[in-house]
Amino acid sequence: MKKKLSVLKEAQLFVEKFEGALGKGKGKKFYAYKVMMTKKWMKFQRDFENFKTACIPWEMKIKEIESHFGSSVASYFIFLRWMYGINMILFGLTFGLVMVPEALMGKPYGSLPRKTVPRAEEASAMNFATLWDFSGFAQYSVLFYGYYNNQRTIGWLKFRMPLSYFLVGVGTIGYSFMIVIRTMARNANEDGGGDDTSFNFSWKMFTSWDYLIGNPETADNKFASITTSFKEAIVEEQESRKEENIHLTRFLRVLANFLALCTLAGSGYLIFFVVRRSQKFALEGLENYGWWERNEVNMVMSLLGMFCPTLFDVISSLENYHPRIALRWQLGRIFALFLGNLYTFIIALMDEINLKLEEEKIVKYNMSIWEANLYNGTIPENSTAPPIQVDPADVPRGPCWETMVGQEFVRLTVSDTMTTYITILIGDFLRAVFVRFFNYCWCWDLEYGFPSYSEFDISGNVLGLIFNQGMIWMGSFYAPCLPAINVFRLHTSMYLQCWAVMCCNVPQERVFKASRSNNFYMAMLLFILFLSTLPAVYTIVSIPPSFDCGPFSGKTRMFEVISETLEHDFPSWFGKVFGYASNPGLILPFILLMVLSIYYLNATSKSYKEANLELKKKLQSVRNRELLKK
Amino acid sequence: MGNKQTVFTPEQLDAYQDCTFFTRKEILRLFYRYRDLAPQLVPLDYTDKPDVTLPYELIGSMPELKDNPFRQRIAEVFSENGDGNMTLDDFLDMFSVLSEMAPRDLKAYYAFKIYDFNNDDYICKSDLEKTVNKLTRNELTPEEVSLVCEKVIYEADVDNDGKLSLEDFQHMIIRAPDFLSTFHIRI
Repeated sequence: MKKKLSVLKEAQLFVEKFEGALGKGKGKKFYAYKVMMTKKWMKFQRDFENFKTACIPWEMKIKEIESHFGSSVASYFIFLRWMYGINMILFGLTFGLVMVPEALMGKPYGSLPRKTVPRAEEASAMNFATLWDFSGFAQYSVLFYGYYNNQRTIGWLKFRMPLSYFLVGVGTIGYSFMIVIRTMARNANEDGGGDDTSFNFSWKMFTSWDYLIGNPETADNKFASITTSFKEAIVEEQESRKEENIHLTRFLRVLANFLALCTLAGSGYLIFFVVRRSQKFALEGLENYGWWERNEVNMVMSLLGMFCPTLFDVISSLENYHPRIALRWQLGRIFALFLGNLYTFIIALMDEINLKLEEEKIVKYNMSIWEANLYNGTIPENSTAPPIQVDPADVPRGPCWETMVGQEFVRLTVSDTMTTYITILIGDFLRAVFVRFFNYCWCWDLEYGFPSYSEFDISGNVLGLIFNQGMIWMGSFYAPCLPAINVFRLHTSMYLQCWAVMCCNVPQERVFKASRSNNFYMAMLLFILFLSTLPAVYTIVSIPPSFDCGPFSGKTRMFEVISETLEHDFPSWFGKVFGYASNPGLILPFILLMVLSIYYLNATSKSYKEANLELKKKLQSVRNRELLKK
Repeated sequence: MGNKQTVFTPEQLDAYQDCTFFTRKEILRLFYRYRDLAPQLVPLDYTDKPDVTLPYELIGSMPELKDNPFRQRIAEVFSENGDGNMTLDDFLDMFSVLSEMAPRDLKAYYAFKIYDFNNDDYICKSDLEKTVNKLTRNELTPEEVSLVCEKVIYEADVDNDGKLSLEDFQHMIIRAPDFLSTFHIRI
């Protein structure tokens, strides 16, 4: 450090001595000004960096967890914090550009039919049960799609509400893609470059001790696990593993995979069945059924997400794999489970949307009859009638399928959150309490045998977080309140899980990181992001919006708002240019060019990898030659 | 930013920010951590650059270091005369290299110095044996220790001199996926 300080001082003196000399002549004043601005800019940058690091929340909490549990458990909390940051930005976008303008500048509650609770529901609109279910007043508010008016501009600022709604929806997805890919690229730079088993012992020796550990119990665990890992590596090195009974192992593995497939198929069918049942209930009127029937779909999905991973765990004990490979299989199966559940849910939603579209046609027809009835008997038919004042609450409504979709996602998120919290409280906390206090009067040692304290399930939690985010991405176009709910959920999750980990969990006995790099989880997040945008994009492009609710009512397709804006707000030549640019004759060659460039980049990267491998082999052979010479 | 602190002159703070990966707030926080180890030895005013060194025993008793089997070596590497007694500059330097902002190459350089027990700029077999024994708390038999050390030399020694030079070590450790996350102390 002393050397660094002295070098720094020398360099600074040198710069000060000679910087005046550089500015001699014509450009002296300008040069001096430039130098001063550069210095000010650097100072500003440094202050900004200081400010940014001061803003990072929960640093001390994560440090405590790291010192007790090591870096792998803490990586989950760092991931959670990163997700919280993303959700804050999404919340800022939806809140600031969609919810606030409508609330401040749009027509108030009660002025339009779409903004008022229907007469029939008014009595129960303020009940807690209705609000918890996100109907009643919650449904007819800025929280959901249906409240927004389709006026092209609102307020004195001429804020273009439908355009803003559409662009915010697209922008949230675009921003999420950008940030996930940027993080992946950054991680990929740090990564050594793929799997490499040639430094097995060296890495065990020099990178197995976790410098973050600051707790004696964790340190003991770490020493034990390092010793075991060395012993295993030595045994593997000294003798080739004797396959005890290869046929039995193979048979058991096939059986295990078959059981896992059955579980996946069973859970998919169960969800499908439950959604069909809930449609039946909805047709017969939800008032006849109790709480379970109303929330059946969400509860079943959450319960499946809770129990199936444990089932997969049990099945994997048949397989007898190396723990790292077993963990990979486990992750793959849980991923398939969540994916299957999510997509079954979406397919069921699509069915409901189609049903609502049918219903809409009937309602439109009924509305024309109702309007005719209003005018009936008051004026002769061939004179222009003044519009009759009808209270907005009495106007018959179309079924607003977008609000329905938004509500479903919000309910799913809420029930998912509740299930997670209850699982933590029961599965971890009550179990720990039971083990601690009943240990005195129990026949066997509860702390060492079954059930003992639980370990923190990193992969399960990370997957849960990723899928939760997928649901937010899917639903936030139809329910602008979803990012807000998610921010709240992540905030409370952080505190609850930090407390639960420190209070009820023990450090893991054998630490196997699921992936060689963080990019594994990032890749899954990217995949889920892509899958989440598909349903939203499909509904935007091919399903007509409801005729009487939402900012796109009256249009044949939601994306027409863009063409409308181009017509009205931009000069005419812009519209022409855009028309030429969106010509399929131009877009198709562009897509072809992009595909070809991806192919080219892929080919070059493959060739680099091969060159890398060749060089490694050459290095190895040179070493061998040297060894033989000796 | 408000200059409410009286510990360092602004030039000193800027110099520290230039020489370490820490921000102003973190440097002050680290100073107070350093001072908490021995409040009677460390003055509150560093503007005249007092020459204060804390003995190794105090450094080694810090919660971040006390469970680390290599704490003695870490203190020795970052101290001025290699005996483990650290000034504030050494203290800041140590935590800066071990922080998460330090680049991979820098960490690899210092990791090499830490694992080189006899300070001869090579990690030889005896250094490796000491490392393994510290990692497993002497639970492995001598044959197992010897086997592990031979395997490490076989894997990482590129120039075939029977010991690991800095280049061998760096070549091997740069590829390790866990290196950055384990060679990290958060303070």
